[in-house]
Amino acid sequence: MSTSGTSDPSSPSSPSGISGAPGKEPVAVVGIGQTKHVAARHDVSIAGLVREAATRALADAELTWADIDAVVIGKAPDFFEGVMMPELYLADALGAVGKPMLRVHTAGSVGGSTALVAANLVAARVHRTVLTLAFEKQSESNAMWGLSLPVPFQQPLLAGAGGFFAPHVRAYMRRTGAPDGVGSLVAYKDRRNALRNPYAHLHEHDITLEKVQASPMLWDPIRYSETCPSSDGACAMVLTDRAGAARSPHPPAWVHGGAMRSEPTLFAGKDFVSPQAGKDCAADVYRQAGITDPRREIDAVEMYVPFSWYEPMWLENLGFAEEGEGWKLTEAGVTEIDGDLPVNPSGGVLSTNPIGASGMIRFAEAALQVRGQAGEHQVPGARRALGHAYGGGAQFFAMWLVGAQEPTT
Amino acid sequence: MTGPRTSRYARDVAVVAFAQSDHLRRTDELSEVEMVMPVLHEVLAATGLKAGEIGFTCSGSSDYLAGRAFSFTMTLDGVGAWPPISESHVEMDGAWALYEAWVKIQTGEADTALVYSYGKSSPGSVRDVLTRQLDPYYLAPLWPDSVALAALQARALIDAGETDEPALAAIAARSRADAGANPHAQLRGAVPQGDHQVRPLRTGDCPPIGDGAAAVVLAAGDLARRLCERPAWITGIDHRIEAHGLGLRDLTDSPSTRTAAEHAGLFDAPVDTAELHAPFSSQEVVLRKALRLGDTVAVNPSGGALAANPMMAAGLIRIGEAAARIHRGASDRAVAHATSGPCLQQNLVAVLEGDRA
Repeated sequence: MSTSGTSDPSSPSSPSGISGAPGKEPVAVVGIGQTKHVAARHDVSIAGLVREAATRALADAELTWADIDAVVIGKAPDFFEGVMMPELYLADALGAVGKPMLRVHTAGSVGGSTALVAANLVAARVHRTVLTLAFEKQSESNAMWGLSLPVPFQQPLLAGAGGFFAPHVRAYMRRTGAPDGVGSLVAYKDRRNALRNPYAHLHEHDITLEKVQASPMLWDPIRYSETCPSSDGACAMVLTDRAGAARSPHPPAWVHGGAMRSEPTLFAGKDFVSPQAGKDCAADVYRQAGITDPRREIDAVEMYVPFSWYEPMWLENLGFAEEGEGWKLTEAGVTEIDGDLPVNPSGGVLSTNPIGASGMIRFAEAALQVRGQAGEHQVPGARRALGHAYGGGAQFFAMWLVGAQEPTT
Repeated sequence: MTGPRTSRYARDVAVVAFAQSDHLRRTDELSEVEMVMPVLHEVLAATGLKAGEIGFTCSGSSDYLAGRAFSFTMTLDGVGAWPPISESHVEMDGAWALYEAWVKIQTGEADTALVYSYGKSSPGSVRDVLTRQLDPYYLAPLWPDSVALAALQARALIDAGETDEPALAAIAARSRADAGANPHAQLRGAVPQGDHQVRPLRTGDCPPIGDGAAAVVLAAGDLARRLCERPAWITGIDHRIEAHGLGLRDLTDSPSTRTAAEHAGLFDAPVDTAELHAPFSSQEVVLRKALRLGDTVAVNPSGGALAANPMMAAGLIRIGEAAARIHRGASDRAVAHATSGPCLQQNLVAVLEGDRA
């Protein structure tokens, strides 16, 4: 077994005091790869799917497998493919043999958490260049029922995530007085944005607002067209240190801040509409990145919106709008791709949802924006972008803020 | 007092507390969260820290053992994650959760970490469940179970002249005898070697099936010294994975363990203690060779995985047991090892040291 290409843990940090930290290594995204997300990739195995995204990320970075020191992989519940701890079987396909390989699982936020764990390996100077990847091949099973396995004496999740989140959407509408049509506006926007993104799953060329509004009610108030699809797909990124970024053939995206926060699923006083963990996570990221006015200072947002109404809900939770005001931004067109605060220019989770990868796609799409590589869905001049993911019972949050410039602190 | 040799990393990080449940064949009356909570309370009490004072929390578990998706969300309730905490989870043995937490502390974003892991194997047939972690196209459809695969490895070792059935029986007997001093172990004292489960492995060569949980607190620098009289400094930690296909590997060797040990600095100085995650007696033979452990090293004084093997926790327990020996002055330099996957596919090595008087 070769150990070439693995990093020496004795590199480059300077000696420090017993409890001192020498400061984090800046982390750069220098390679991004996605598969074309579709309902079912019958043409590839799970290994083939992840390798496709990984090789595209390596090609983007103009690196080879030998340049990768470690692999950090994430996905949602193993029941979605019926493979327990599939990273063991995927070690070969991801060039991880002889290297460290970590498998993260933090529910729907996992794609974001996985990227953050990988970024920390670079920030801590444990490794110099890390491949991180998240995937889901949902056609291997049925995600809704995979989430609904009955366990004696435990609260059932009831017919998948939509049934769980619909009451919280209704609570948001009651609390804010938002008119019924806001959710449809979000879905109509995101599905149109997806037409600009060649990797998006849903390409509904004949989409109209009337069609969204007329689609069947699935979990009142969430309509069929306001719901995320079930996708097969993978997303990969190459993260590296300052020296690696200097060799990057394309402009890197720099990580200006990243954080995870968690709170319990259910407890007296939990605010499902605007969970405290989400607020705390955003505040931590903004503090790291020196952001004091997110609405003005952030140029594009890729937020995790699996059900349309979560856009106005997260606009408030993330500090882009005052409480009760988020829906007004959506209604006024602020979150359109040519608006003042573009949200999900890629088409978002509403257009593409390989569950375990959805968070990493948000992180990667934010990086594409500040690299100026988002193609038809590029927000002109985007310098700072937020990637956001959440999971579980609106209880796990992962976010990063990336910028076109190397962070100064 | 001589400090630890951890200058290869940005910060000095130590295991300052360890707790584990009693490992039992069945815990029908306990949910996972009920199994984990007392262990969390015990490990935090040992440091005087509250959950809200911990900088980072990370756990390891498996949905396939729990039989439900997102099973770790339940045990998070046992932590008391309110106000919200900085937290993550790996679908791996808790030893890798400890690794993620150690990295987090190395970034400077946290000074302390709570790491826990747990597994209940009793509700299902773990031999069958583990077949689901094999290549889903070419291997899993054949349902080769974990004992059968370990038996292939044992046979390869015997054929290579590296061990024989009496030597394997001696490893099993030594482990269970040593477990007599471990009140948490599932098998404490002699058990008959019994019949062949899968030739050449007998019942005694196989780990007990059971339920259990473990937790560790990590702390950096001077804080570690305040929280623990004799911290177990992690002077090196690394993990490596091998090819999944057994036909691609030499099952009598563990190059990933050796590589991890090299990167962890194990071979820089001798160790007095080794806690090896060797669920099968034959795997201790492989690991002793890869880690170059001589006869003077106390191997698995806790009894090891042959005395208690709670899935997803048994690797973290190896780190905890090694650290506990350093805490109480029974070891100065120890190596702890964790494994995952069929026939030692993935391995983690940690070197722990105590301050010298």
